[in-house]
Amino acid sequence: MTFNLFVLPFILGLIFLVVVLVKKNRQWIRLMSTDDRKKLKGWYRSPKILLALKEIFFESLLHRKMFRRNPLLGYMHMSFAFGWFLLILFGNMESRIYSGLWVNPPYYPIFLKFFIHDKHVLPFEIFTVPGFFRFSMDLLLMFVLSGLVLAIIKRSRSKWFGLTKTTQHHFTDKVAITCLWLIFPMRLLAECMTAGAYGYGGGFITQHVGNVLAFLWPLNDKSIAYGFWWFYSLSLGIFFVTLPYSRYMHIPTEVMLIIYRNFGIKAGKEQSPIHEIEIQSCPKCGVCIDICQMNTAAGINDIQAVYFLQSVRNQQVIDGLVNRCLVCGRCEEVCPVGIHTDNQRISQRNSFVQLQKQDYSYLNHEADPQKAELIYFAGCMSHLTPAIPRAMTKILDAAGVNYLFLDEDRSVCCGRPMMLAGKLKQAEELIERNKKSITGSGAKTLVTSCPICYRVFREEYGLDIRVLHHTQYLLELIKKGKLPLQTYFRKVAYHDPCDLGRGSGILNEPRELVRKIADPVAVRDEAKDAPCCGGSLGLLNADRHERDLITKEALANYLDKDAELLVTACPLCKKTFAKHSPLEVVDVAELVAAAIPKVEKETGELVN
Amino acid sequence: MSKTAIIIGGGVAGMETAGQLNRLGIEVVLIEKQASLGGHLKNWDRLFPDRRESQEVFDYLEKGMNDGISLYLNATISDIREAGGKFTVILEDGRELSSDALVLATGYDLFDARKKEEYGFGIYDNVITSAELEEFFRNNKQKNLFEGVQSKRVGIVHCVGSRDEKVGNLYCSKLCCVTGVKQAIEIRELMPDAEIFCFYMDLRMFDRHFEEMYYEAQEKWGIRFIRGRLSEAAENPDHTILVKVEDTLTGLPLKMKVDLLILLVGFVPSPETKRLAGMLGLKEGDDRFLCPSDEHLLPNSTDHPGVFLAGTLKGPASIAATIVDARAAALQVAEYLVNGER
Ligand SMILES: Cc1cc2nc3c(=O)[nH]c(=O)nc-3n(C[C@H](O)[C@H](O)[C@H](O)COP(=O)(O)OP(=O)(O)OC[C@H]3O[C@@H](n4cnc5c(N)ncnc54)[C@H](O)[C@@H]3O)c2cc1C
Ligand code: SF4
Ligand code: SF4
Ligand code: SF4
Repeated sequence: MTFNLFVLPFILGLIFLVVVLVKKNRQWIRLMSTDDRKKLKGWYRSPKILLALKEIFFESLLHRKMFRRNPLLGYMHMSFAFGWFLLILFGNMESRIYSGLWVNPPYYPIFLKFFIHDKHVLPFEIFTVPGFFRFSMDLLLMFVLSGLVLAIIKRSRSKWFGLTKTTQHHFTDKVAITCLWLIFPMRLLAECMTAGAYGYGGGFITQHVGNVLAFLWPLNDKSIAYGFWWFYSLSLGIFFVTLPYSRYMHIPTEVMLIIYRNFGIKAGKEQSPIHEIEIQSCPKCGVCIDICQMNTAAGINDIQAVYFLQSVRNQQVIDGLVNRCLVCGRCEEVCPVGIHTDNQRISQRNSFVQLQKQDYSYLNHEADPQKAELIYFAGCMSHLTPAIPRAMTKILDAAGVNYLFLDEDRSVCCGRPMMLAGKLKQAEELIERNKKSITGSGAKTLVTSCPICYRVFREEYGLDIRVLHHTQYLLELIKKGKLPLQTYFRKVAYHDPCDLGRGSGILNEPRELVRKIADPVAVRDEAKDAPCCGGSLGLLNADRHERDLITKEALANYLDKDAELLVTACPLCKKTFAKHSPLEVVDVAELVAAAIPKVEKETGELVN
Repeated sequence: MSKTAIIIGGGVAGMETAGQLNRLGIEVVLIEKQASLGGHLKNWDRLFPDRRESQEVFDYLEKGMNDGISLYLNATISDIREAGGKFTVILEDGRELSSDALVLATGYDLFDARKKEEYGFGIYDNVITSAELEEFFRNNKQKNLFEGVQSKRVGIVHCVGSRDEKVGNLYCSKLCCVTGVKQAIEIRELMPDAEIFCFYMDLRMFDRHFEEMYYEAQEKWGIRFIRGRLSEAAENPDHTILVKVEDTLTGLPLKMKVDLLILLVGFVPSPETKRLAGMLGLKEGDDRFLCPSDEHLLPNSTDHPGVFLAGTLKGPASIAATIVDARAAALQVAEYLVNGER
């Protein structure tokens, strides 16, 4: 076995990195809730670990999701990650041929070409085992270097990567990125010069480039090559030391994130170590910047998830960053790392508002709930769009449903607005109060017109009855044949409300419903990619012009088609769009109500 | 050779500008998209502040429509062209009209109360707009609103579609306050036992005689004024309306049942005006009404030589103010045609 002093920076850096990572990880696990920790018990025996490994392979190495969003960016990340990974893997295998051992010191494969100069392998020899590895190692090095070239181009021409703005860098980031960018060119030079100086032992690229260098630069002897081996080792070592304090921490953290996620540990609305892990996992790819309507419509380009997460990481969270966001979930939808950007935002808001007190003692008057089979809950927003509850009661009456209109005389708010503002405690009080009247009614089904209420009923109430948004319920009624409908084919554009579509995954029911009564036109951004109307309760800090710009941009997605009506399934979307829309805006329920034939009271006959 | 002017829009502003220009010896073409002249004036019954019949004002304006004016009714403009200081207005039926000057007097639209859905217009039976009430008065002279029942409760809501960020209109429509007071008095005259409430943010009784009307409404007619913006309205099973409002003078939330809710709808810029302004490259303000080239000194001129503005396409104004504005516009046009000044 061979050793040389120049490997020390690499070795020391590596040891430092491993120690820091192990410590960090133990700290995360220690701070996790007992529930979360339980989920990790016996992890090595669980098949989930295999799923996690598969995901690590596809996402951390191949960057599949990023590829889908942006092939060039995906390739760049892949060539670095997967290329480097293969270099390590192949390098290890190659080194074993020469050491004959199963375990080598970690520096040995990394610096193999410094220690081994195999005269018997030719540069283009592919069909012998050592020849194959030598050839592949050169090829892989080129693969990684192609990513580096792209990274350099991206710094100056981010538009080519589909990004209008890239992220800014901090000091440690700058040191780390310089080292990272130096690693592979140094390796290339060291290997080329060594091969050139010896006249053999290089691969198809390193040998030939080395020969040329040796010819052009007569000074080239082994001592200059030796210098480059030092540089190579130093850039690796410094990179490892700065890694935990730079954006590159995302590399090891993302791996842990994937593992934890596969064990069911997720970032919720309250702070937990997984929040920090997610924050550290963000590679600042910038995908969330271009998708954000705050950016594209209102020109606010410093609050996007990437900046927000960075501010949390640097402990520089400021009010503007936390609150100027629609919490629309669009960035969460596209984030290739799967960061729960919405909950990240809410949990930070929560820590902001802890200080405020709110008194809900007035809620505790005991209501005596009426009994019914089904509860209809319009929601406070729907009371500002009375055409929606009006349509719903008409439909429920027509279908002969035994229902209780729970908030007919208004009621306590469902709690979601509080939650979006991060006021989790206050939200809980409202939830408790509402739960009482819901469970007290003995109803088996709860139907609401408001996606905001729907989401919170589903996610936070823990009700053991069926909770449906009215689009789901209406479709059910129609399918059961309880609602005779007359189709009236008007061309309509359907808008997915954030909390219903992206937020709750209800994409098909409203579409099927619309198709039953009207003629939907195709729109550009649909389903999970649909824009936010701009009315979001999640946006706590914006002036009206900014909101208006967002609404207008969102509307553009639906106009200019031949639609005669804009259809949505949320009172807030309806109201927000109505302000600027040249088309009439209606809720799906209104369409259904309009399609019910009128029944003559006395005769029971259909009139039209 | 006599000069010609085309006037687009035959409401108060268009009619008065046309009459004045004609009296000044200028050949006038008046284009109106509807079947008859008069614009909004024709929908009103009696006018504030003196409650004279709107017909009287219309009769005066109509007297000005003599032979020197070529009238095009039911006319839709498809394009406007300009060459060598001459304007050509092309109508949808292919007719082409040309002139040396152009006056836009296309007026305003009423705010569509359905956009303020929480007040239930178009959804609840007993929610109407102030414009509909005028129409009722016009068609049913001296008739009780509720077929014989005297003791009913009526709510009048101010600022519907005006001073409301939520509908995108920050401006005050200026005339709905006084219209509300006028209509409250008119209702009380018909039904002496009715209870009448006006829900307002603040009362803008800016013009001559307005404030006096307000005092009269309170003192003589017992109309109650509640300061607070209506948050929402709901319909009871008996079709009465439940209104929710916070009384900002007492600081108390208030719920009240009314039999009829009248929405004082404001002025909004009309899409037709926007369309024509687009053809001529005219600028609009933040409130989306058109802007003259100098609000103080050239209130009827535009940055486009030969194109003038008259009336409420520049923002809310009373009939009296509109007539004054129309005369100023006529003078400005005449000056342009004679001296070439804008
Ligand atoms: C509820 C209500 C009550 C009111 N009551 C009073 C009152 O009592 N006293 C008072 O002083 N004022 C009152 N007003 C104000 C009054 O209505 C206006 O001052 C007056 O109508 C303004 O006249 P105008 O010509 O500028 O606009 P408009 O009356 O709007 O006339 C514009 C005309 O242009 C035509 N037009 C539009 N576009 C085109 C086109 N592209 N081509 C051809 N023609 C076109 C229209 O058809 C219309 O005839 C009231 C307003 C409201 C809303
Ligand atoms: S939050 Fe997600 S999308 Fe945004 S930069 Fe980070 S990884 Fe990329
Ligand atoms: S949640 Fe929506 S508004 Fe907020 S940063 Fe993400 S995309 Fe932008
Ligand atoms: S005139 Fe009165 S009612 Fe009309 S917008 Fe102004 S303040 Fe409101």
